[in-house]
Amino acid sequence: MDQPRHTPASHLKDGPGRGSREAAALDATWRDPPGLMGWLAAVNHKSIARRFIVTTFGFFVAGGLLAFVMRLQLARPGSKLVGPDLYNQLFTMHGSTMMFLFAVPVMQAVTIYLLPLMMGTRSVAFPRLNAFAYWIFLFGGLMLYVVFFLGAGPDVGWFSYVPLAGPDFSPGKRTDFWAQMITFTELSALVEAIVVITTVFKLRAPGMTLNRIPLFAWAMLVTAFMILFAMPSVMLASTTLITDRLVGTHFYNPAEGGDAVLWQHLFWFFGHPEVYLIFLPGLGFISAIIPTFARRPMFGYTAMVLSLIATAFLAFGLWVHHMFAVNLPELGKSFFTAASMLIAIPSAVQIFCWIATLWSGRLNFKTPLLFVLGFFFILVLGGMTGIMLASVPLDLQVHDSYFVVAHLHYVLIGGAVFPLFGAFYYWYPKITGRMMSERLGRWNFWLFFIGFNLAFFPMHLLGLRGMPRRVYTYQAGLGWDTLNLVSTIGAVVIALSALLFVINAVRSLRRGALAGVNPWGAGTLEWATESPPPPCNFYAIPVVHGREPLWQGPRAVAEGGAPAFTHVSGLAADTREVLATTVLDARPDLRVNFPDPTIWPLVSALAVTALFLGSIFTPWAVVWGSIPIAIALTAWFWPRHSETAVHLSLERKP
Amino acid sequence: MTTPRQLDVSGLPSYAFSHRSLMWWGTFGLIAIESTLFALAIGAYLYLRSQSDQWPLGAPPPDLLWGSTNTLLLLASLWPNHQAKSAAEAGDLPRTRVWLLVCLMFAVVFLVLRGFEFAALNTRWDSNAYGSVVWVLLGLHTVHLLTDTYDTAVLDVLLFTGPMEGQRFVDVSENAMYWYFVVFSWLPIYAVIYVVPRI
Amino acid sequence: MMDTLHDVLAPFGPQAGHVHALWMLTLAVCTLVFAAVLAALLIALLRAGRSNAQSAPDLSALGRPEPGRRHGVIAAVAASTLLLLALIAASIFTDRALAKLSTDGALRLEVTAHQWWWEVRYVEPQVADTFITANEIHVPTGRPVIVTLKADDVIHSFWVPSLAGKKDLIPGRTTTMNFRADREGAYRGQCAEFCGSQHALMAFFVVADPPERYEAWAAAQRRPAADPPPGQPLRGREIFMRSSCAMCHAVDGTSAQAVRGPNLTHVASRGTLAAGSLPNTPDDLKRWIADPQQIKPGTYMPATQLSSEDMDALVGYLQTLR
Repeated sequence: MDQPRHTPASHLKDGPGRGSREAAALDATWRDPPGLMGWLAAVNHKSIARRFIVTTFGFFVAGGLLAFVMRLQLARPGSKLVGPDLYNQLFTMHGSTMMFLFAVPVMQAVTIYLLPLMMGTRSVAFPRLNAFAYWIFLFGGLMLYVVFFLGAGPDVGWFSYVPLAGPDFSPGKRTDFWAQMITFTELSALVEAIVVITTVFKLRAPGMTLNRIPLFAWAMLVTAFMILFAMPSVMLASTTLITDRLVGTHFYNPAEGGDAVLWQHLFWFFGHPEVYLIFLPGLGFISAIIPTFARRPMFGYTAMVLSLIATAFLAFGLWVHHMFAVNLPELGKSFFTAASMLIAIPSAVQIFCWIATLWSGRLNFKTPLLFVLGFFFILVLGGMTGIMLASVPLDLQVHDSYFVVAHLHYVLIGGAVFPLFGAFYYWYPKITGRMMSERLGRWNFWLFFIGFNLAFFPMHLLGLRGMPRRVYTYQAGLGWDTLNLVSTIGAVVIALSALLFVINAVRSLRRGALAGVNPWGAGTLEWATESPPPPCNFYAIPVVHGREPLWQGPRAVAEGGAPAFTHVSGLAADTREVLATTVLDARPDLRVNFPDPTIWPLVSALAVTALFLGSIFTPWAVVWGSIPIAIALTAWFWPRHSETAVHLSLERKP
Repeated sequence: MTTPRQLDVSGLPSYAFSHRSLMWWGTFGLIAIESTLFALAIGAYLYLRSQSDQWPLGAPPPDLLWGSTNTLLLLASLWPNHQAKSAAEAGDLPRTRVWLLVCLMFAVVFLVLRGFEFAALNTRWDSNAYGSVVWVLLGLHTVHLLTDTYDTAVLDVLLFTGPMEGQRFVDVSENAMYWYFVVFSWLPIYAVIYVVPRI
Repeated sequence: MMDTLHDVLAPFGPQAGHVHALWMLTLAVCTLVFAAVLAALLIALLRAGRSNAQSAPDLSALGRPEPGRRHGVIAAVAASTLLLLALIAASIFTDRALAKLSTDGALRLEVTAHQWWWEVRYVEPQVADTFITANEIHVPTGRPVIVTLKADDVIHSFWVPSLAGKKDLIPGRTTTMNFRADREGAYRGQCAEFCGSQHALMAFFVVADPPERYEAWAAAQRRPAADPPPGQPLRGREIFMRSSCAMCHAVDGTSAQAVRGPNLTHVASRGTLAAGSLPNTPDDLKRWIADPQQIKPGTYMPATQLSSEDMDALVGYLQTLR
């Protein structure tokens, strides 16, 4: 492997106003090694993030195509296009893909790209672990799709209720592959959450105190904490489902003291926070886009942060609202009704603060802002149906009907996917150095907005008219025919919109206008460096004095009267040295030496994949599979003499 | 345009202990995840118990001998663990090596006794829901014992063979923090497995 | 196919009626809030000036507080909170109203859900009067019904939108729900919890009859099957007994007493077949018996190969089971 050449006694350091020798050294230090091995061994956060974003988007398209086939089947009553077995696989794969392989991972992927640039640093924390998280995610997703294309896709829903998903009613390995896909993707998400928390807490530019970090960073920090407490629940659930199916445990077998409802509690304790894991990053995107296109800082920063935190806490207290039709104590259900309604309040705070910001700003109606406006319409409508569903008596009528399908798509697509598209248009110039086409962007937006409402609004009415969910067909003459047809037409329009997006993204790579450093005139740090950023992100790390560093500019004079610092200097340019700062005040604290590119994250991910795959078939895989994992992890951790020599040359005791 | 004014960080330390270290936050995140997992597993145990008239199901409670002995030993291991942590934070390589070796010996004894604990549960994972949840609870904690034993072994070997640098002392300190978690998380699990069936 | 009512917005019983009232209130409040939020947004978009990427950002907010805006946001949040509290109260009131449905003199049913049909047992005070049917429930108008809900295999959900909210049927648990049909009519229900391949074709019907008609129906259901007239129907019964039919289906008054499939004692009195999948006509019945997989792929009922005379005889017999 082509390591950057450095000797223990090198003295090249970074800083403002340095010459091309330091810049060349920084480039050589931080870029990926060349060739295929270099690509596989890369640990630069931008490299990992780019492939992560592309992969999650690929799953988005796959999930969308699955839904498209479902809509074709449902366009007419009694259609024979798709039989029940395939249809049940389609909706299971659609839900599982969107929830596990797209919605949460894409947010983490975008965060991995943006956070170091926004925080003014050169890397995420734990870059090798970050790479491992990508590989594990990729292998889990691939496994699921390979199994589906082999005709053995899981077919009991993304929520996989027992006893249907248990050994008696789901023979074969379909459900086991689903359950193990959970293990892969949850491991990836948990690892990324640790990366995000540590990056936000410890790797900020000097002067970026916690109350100066962008609201997007707050949203991702809160999301990461939620992941730590929510995902173990689905891990426990899916693992005990596998043991019920593989080695005869009885967690969900009522005949031997188990309980089908235990599954529901464990699944929804994860499942409800899961939708907020998807929603909160969307809120973060909006808080990044609005200030730039309203030309003013966000109104109510503190209230926004507190709202994010309140939403996260409340999200853990709602899960039983997915179980209102189960015979649980009624008094308990009322508590969950109240909590499910009250969680609207912190979201309302955010919405009103955004409107206040727009109201008092000067608006630049570019595509990112259009998608944000689409959010307002769609998410708020979805929030209203959410309030309806929060009430037990109302829910008992529309639960498990197409009304809920409408609701969930309004809140998830409105609350997360529209902001995500806004974010793509917003940050595409930074990632690629080119602008996307505004014209195609407007077409993209309007087709998506119209197609979405055409596809999903009729579903409210279908649910009220008695159409349940997860049905591969329906009979003619029930009053459902026209609404289903309209919905399918909407799906076609959405597909066109997605196609336009792909065309725009691909064409703009070569033909888009050159973006320059800050095409939107934004205020946060990622816009202070080139587009695309150099491998080291910043040739000199900026020192920050406010929430909108680029708008406020470096101060001439700091608190206390001394001239203010503008940039950091003194980090090594010929080895990956990163500045760690203190958690609250971002005072410079440590010079941490970060690892060079290495193949061990990929090898470890392969070893873990082997264990996970093997344990679908035999419990002994857990024992034998641990051995290659132990070897790979040991090799990952074991320091090389050359590395240690470099560290020692730069070492200073605390 | 303000002239650049440099904040020179070249004199900063290159490693530090506790929450100043990045890996401390990684360990903290892992502890948060595993604590949640244990809490949920305990929750599942108590839930299944609440759904049943009789508990334990079809078996006497687990024998107290091996579990209680292991608990006492786990608590006793906090002492060498603390010693290893202090030695590392003082940068004392010989003492760190020795105390880590003592920790490792404790860990091996725990694993052996844990094997006896499984045998003394008086139920199998596939007997019924009680057997399943008890085995999974004990199994989850055992996985942590196994991984911490392996971590400690690898670290100790590394301390003997080198290459050595200040960051390795930080690794020992964080390994010790994780060991505290393995011991303290055991206490509620012990209560649930051994005491709750007897109430 | 039966002409049925199945609309949350067309309630024909007090349970669905209370929910409908709550729905109207909630819809009104939510529409108001939605309109208000959009109006505020629209006004904001219209009155804010225009800018481009080069326009200097307005940093005045960083220095001074914005009391006007703050009061606006606080007022909006306060109003939203009050409306939410009102909706919570409305929901609780509706819960109470639903719990208060009188159950005096209730008709008692036991519904056991199977993959993919509904077993219905009428629990009479005289045990000898208990009878079992499938997929079609008759009730007298104006009389409360208490339904005990059980599931034999996986989780199902009992939902008849024009009469009441749904309740899940969970293996290992027994629960109940109440409803009352106040108007004569046929109300369609469908399983509302994904239960496997044929979840989509697991409907049922609640037929509300005036009390006299109901009593006549119940009296007929209590009678065992009459002996079929000689000739084709009698031959049909023989075919029934010697084919695989009797291995799963019961016909009271004969030696066929298996309970794995729906009870067929009065199958000819039902409006549909196969849990609402087919109209109950001789041709449809033939198609179903010959190859159930064509109509409900994945169903547990096997195909029955019969010559066309035998099939005619079998169907002729089944038609006598009124």
